[in-house]
Amino acid sequence: MAKKNNRPISPHLQIYRLPLTGIVSISHRMTGVMLSAGLVLFVYIIYAVLGGAVTYAAMQAFAGFWLIKAVYWGFVYALFFHLCHGVRHLIWDAGNSFDRETLNRYALIELGASLVLTLTVLLFI
Amino acid sequence: MAEFTLPKNSVLTEGKTFKAAEGITNIRRFEVYRWDPDSGENPRIDSYELDMDTCGPMILDAILKIKNEIDSTLTFRRSCREGVCGSCAMTVNGKNTLACTKAIDSYPDTIKIFPLPHMQVIKDLVPDMTHFYAQYASIKPWIETQTPAPADSERLQSKEDRESLDGLYECVLCACCSTSCPSYWWNSERYLGPAVLLQAYRWLVDTRDENTGERLDELEDPFKLYRCHTIMNCTDTCPKGLNPAKAIAETKKLLVQRKLG
Repeated sequence: MAKKNNRPISPHLQIYRLPLTGIVSISHRMTGVMLSAGLVLFVYIIYAVLGGAVTYAAMQAFAGFWLIKAVYWGFVYALFFHLCHGVRHLIWDAGNSFDRETLNRYALIELGASLVLTLTVLLFI
Repeated sequence: MAEFTLPKNSVLTEGKTFKAAEGITNIRRFEVYRWDPDSGENPRIDSYELDMDTCGPMILDAILKIKNEIDSTLTFRRSCREGVCGSCAMTVNGKNTLACTKAIDSYPDTIKIFPLPHMQVIKDLVPDMTHFYAQYASIKPWIETQTPAPADSERLQSKEDRESLDGLYECVLCACCSTSCPSYWWNSERYLGPAVLLQAYRWLVDTRDENTGERLDELEDPFKLYRCHTIMNCTDTCPKGLNPAKAIAETKKLLVQRKLG
């Protein structure tokens, strides 16, 4: 193989069917990035509170828009999902619950738990 | 660096279709990745309609039927046809498996067959395993000792010590797990991947091996070991039912335990 060959790379993301654990794993990473970006919104709220009544009212009007509200609730769900999978990682790091049969069940528990936590927050607001 | 799309020379094109003969009713369609190094063309997907009444039960039987009866240029590795040699590892309907131990009937419809993901293709379903084997050699997969061997016997193990290798020694190095791992796709030049790390752990826990410290030193590296992000594709796909992710987690634990004394 002295000469550079023209061998193709076999398809990967294009054809591989990620199992639920794989989807949860990449979602954990994406929610991490999105939560960092979402902090900008949080800073905006703090800034509005600091600015007094007028900026606060403007922020409230902005935050009351249904699309922004949806983003906020997505943010809350992403936060809890990120937390739940973080806990899952701690369990893994301790060397526990690697059984093949339980992997998907744990992933579903994570997704369900983050939904329950989000709804709990909804109840208190 | 992660490249999510295929390079230009790897993009798939449509290939030929080989229809089943008239009068055949029990038909199953197989779509197979083909690449001919001599043609200078891009890889293509050829479709074959097979008569299931005259075909063996396993995916490998179907591939052999294509080679024997329809297209003798189809190239793939196979040997034992019973899941112990690890040669016929490939991606079937989006998941890596051994073609010889996977039943055709475990899939509902059309069966799509690709070479192991994100590998250099030599021809058709044959990936280049050179790098994978070099990584395997790098973990020194043999017994290493400090003490002289007993004069009148072999180095013996108790039954319990031998049992610590269960779930590890069964690995046939088919590379299904490593090539299912996105982290290995993006970092295979430095990350050892699940198969090789499972083998590394197999020697860490072997009670006859006396080089555990050096072996751990070698693995304590941000890339070699710690590119594992517990994605779990490896454990999900292993055709032998093993658990590489668990072996990697145990290796990480050994490193922590050593640090804490």
